[in-house]
Amino acid sequence: MIATWPCPASGGGEASEYAFVQDRARRFRVLVVPALFDEANRLRRLTVAAMRLLDRAGLDCFLPDLPGSNESLQVLEAQTLDDWRAAVAAAARHFRASHVLAVRGGVLACAGLGLPVLAYAPVGGASILRQMMRMRVLASREAGQEETTAGLLERGLAEGIELAGYRLSAAMVAGLQAAEPGPATVIAQGDIGGAGLWLRAEPGEDAAQAAALAARITAECGA
Amino acid sequence: MTIDIDQSLRQILADVLGLSAEQVAGFDGETGLFGHLPQLDSMSVAGLLTEMEDRLGFIIDDDEIDGEMLETYGALLAFARAKLG
Repeated sequence: MIATWPCPASGGGEASEYAFVQDRARRFRVLVVPALFDEANRLRRLTVAAMRLLDRAGLDCFLPDLPGSNESLQVLEAQTLDDWRAAVAAAARHFRASHVLAVRGGVLACAGLGLPVLAYAPVGGASILRQMMRMRVLASREAGQEETTAGLLERGLAEGIELAGYRLSAAMVAGLQAAEPGPATVIAQGDIGGAGLWLRAEPGEDAAQAAALAARITAECGA
Repeated sequence: MTIDIDQSLRQILADVLGLSAEQVAGFDGETGLFGHLPQLDSMSVAGLLTEMEDRLGFIIDDDEIDGEMLETYGALLAFARAKLG
């Protein structure tokens, strides 16, 4: 079902954000921090499929929208990585999470939560930016314009930039460029089997991967 | 080691483009990639190149990316071999 939760707004105050939740007030409560930007779309079906299996295995789970992402009405361009960290911390408190599952770059929005973090295929912020800048360089070239990743990064750090359809603030670019995954129990793609669905050109799903991911999370939580 | 680059590259193409093992095993030097495989558009080219960097262990500069290296499987393999040269 869909729930709302109070998220600190970047300009002060609070905004109401959505979360997909499976909440039966059980002992294990997993906050699921989604992958970032386009990877969130490609991994959403896998993420939700794993959550449904966790529900069946007896774990509650909560998938909040990061401010400015998915159904959020907040402006992405106003967000910084620290805003996302504050949002994840607020969601963890609101849903009384016992564990955190971070998907791909979602781990970068997990800091100082004081909860065990499981990181599925974690990735650094600089890699995420590099991939998005490369998409833009290739698209610009097809349109007959010459851009470079170095030039885009410089501009992004100075004034913010639109990459792969996402308008990122200068502070978000700087935050991502410096962000590395923090302490977490890593669930590597090799543990799940098959190829990472974030690699795919089109969003896909994989029941076997969802089952392996859910089984590993259940085991790591000790549920 | 050349066998390994070939196998790795086929696996990367299968993983990024969602192709079957049989399909990538059937690639030869003349098999067309960009403009021939519907899965390979400019968005997935970025993913393909980044995955090649991660798995094969080199960095591809902006000015090394051109249409020719992506034209056929043979051209892409030659590019990867030259990078690891």
